[in-house]
Amino acid sequence: MAPVVEARDLRRTYRTTTGVLRRRPLEVEAVRGLSFEIAEGELFGLLGPNGAGKTTTIKMLITLLLPTAGEARVLGHDVVREAREVRRRIGYVFGGERGLYERLSGLDNLRYFAELYGVSGRAQRRRIDEVLELVGLRGRERERVEGYSRGMRQRLHIARGILHDPQVVFLDEPTIGVDPVGARALRATIAGLVEAGKTVLLTTHYMFEADALCDRIAVIARGRIVAEGTPSELKGGIADRTVVEVEVFGADEAELDRLRELPGVTSVTVSERDQAQLLTIQSPRGLELAQELPALLDGARIGRIAAREPTLEDAYVALVTEEAP
Amino acid sequence: MTSARIVWMGLVYRVREFAVSRWFLLMAVLQPVIFATIAFYMFRAGGRPGTLLYAALGAGMMGIWSSTLFGSGGALQWNRWQGTLELLVAAPPPFLVVLLPLTLATSVTGAYSLVATLVWGRVFFGMPLHLAHPWLFLPAVAGAVLSLGLMGLLMASSFILYRHANALSNLLEYPVWVATGLLFPLTLLPGWVAPVSWLLAPRWGIDAIRRSALGGDVWFPLAMCAAAGAAYLVLAAVFLRIFERAARARATLALT
Repeated sequence: MAPVVEARDLRRTYRTTTGVLRRRPLEVEAVRGLSFEIAEGELFGLLGPNGAGKTTTIKMLITLLLPTAGEARVLGHDVVREAREVRRRIGYVFGGERGLYERLSGLDNLRYFAELYGVSGRAQRRRIDEVLELVGLRGRERERVEGYSRGMRQRLHIARGILHDPQVVFLDEPTIGVDPVGARALRATIAGLVEAGKTVLLTTHYMFEADALCDRIAVIARGRIVAEGTPSELKGGIADRTVVEVEVFGADEAELDRLRELPGVTSVTVSERDQAQLLTIQSPRGLELAQELPALLDGARIGRIAAREPTLEDAYVALVTEEAP
Repeated sequence: MTSARIVWMGLVYRVREFAVSRWFLLMAVLQPVIFATIAFYMFRAGGRPGTLLYAALGAGMMGIWSSTLFGSGGALQWNRWQGTLELLVAAPPPFLVVLLPLTLATSVTGAYSLVATLVWGRVFFGMPLHLAHPWLFLPAVAGAVLSLGLMGLLMASSFILYRHANALSNLLEYPVWVATGLLFPLTLLPGWVAPVSWLLAPRWGIDAIRRSALGGDVWFPLAMCAAAGAAYLVLAAVFLRIFERAARARATLALT
């Protein structure tokens, strides 16, 4: 069966200028030769850090940006030469609060976009009822969008994106900034789209979200795909590693650098937790770190140390950090 | 039929959007009254009989032009700022059909200026409201509003590519008032201004409206309004085709 979405050596360079008086041309290669395919009914995740090229890739696929090189097809239609054919058949949702008519009600926003997508009359009323029910906005649709919470806006975005019952849906960080309860409801909505037979391309920063939802994932870093596979396959890529979480108080950069340079340590990430720092250290299975930590972190107080099995997030961190220059 | 429906519904939602903006309503109410007051005092000082209605119609048209000029540029910028421009461009209908109601809405809401100016003149300056061709007055106003909306469409077509082009277009407000005879007759201006004014819809719009009110042939300026509007529509279609592709190549549709 032909893929629903296919990208072949897709590239995008942004050209801009730098400087005030002496303007110099500046080129930024956002996407550097992406190739992937998404099958019908599949939920495909595109994961990567900020600036990796995820949004640029989606914008090329939904015809908002022209690729600098390469080609992409959606449902067999070329995104450059057959943009209108592609536009008719897809829906897309960008994360964040923008992209809605603030002064209009949620209902008027949906009605306007329904008109643009050729859904009118009785079908429009029925379809708007359905999507309002699906995203849980029924009863709030007559309020102006400027009074909506972030979660409500995001749900309205999704309602707008699927209003015309598209075959393919592109979701660019749809749960960003949404509270945990709202994000859970949105994830259920996304899962519902796949159950309804839609093909979905999802970008997200949240690994548990990708792990829970995606059939396949491509990890993208600096404009290139660095790994592709099912969540299990990606986790399997670091199955030979151990992940140790260490709670420390007052570790400085020099100490962390010493830890990073320790033979066998493949990555060290730091997240702040109130007074403490949580170090997540990846190393080959069998490497005993616990004895060396007090010497390496001699200026810091060490709290809880725990080893655990690698998660998708660990696999992602390993892929992205090992790709970094 | 579908395109006509999209234009109509787009117009309804844009006007609804304007109507809930207090700032827009305040400007819409105050600006025509200010224009009208200035024009009334200027023409009353001249002491010539029958010129108040001439001045009132010109002041009303100034309001329509200002609304169209700022509204057309502002509409695209506003859509870009609130992140909806990309949604409009990526919608299936031709962008011309999506954009037209945005600019038409500005000239349609600007038509309120004309009404406000006439009421202001009647109530506070005792202006007689006798129309020479009452049945042609509304078609003349409709023709003027439509052709200005199409002129707005032509201007807005460049704003899709150049993010700050509306700042340049703002410079056009006063020159067009003068060059199209909205404030005083074109015969008072140098000869080279007349050919320039032929290209501008407000000139034919105000001619049609004034002749329907004060007497004279209404059909010729109304036909010129239609011709100018058609030319703007064709040019806008060509420009939008080129500029939309260029905007997708240069990535200027989004703010970031």
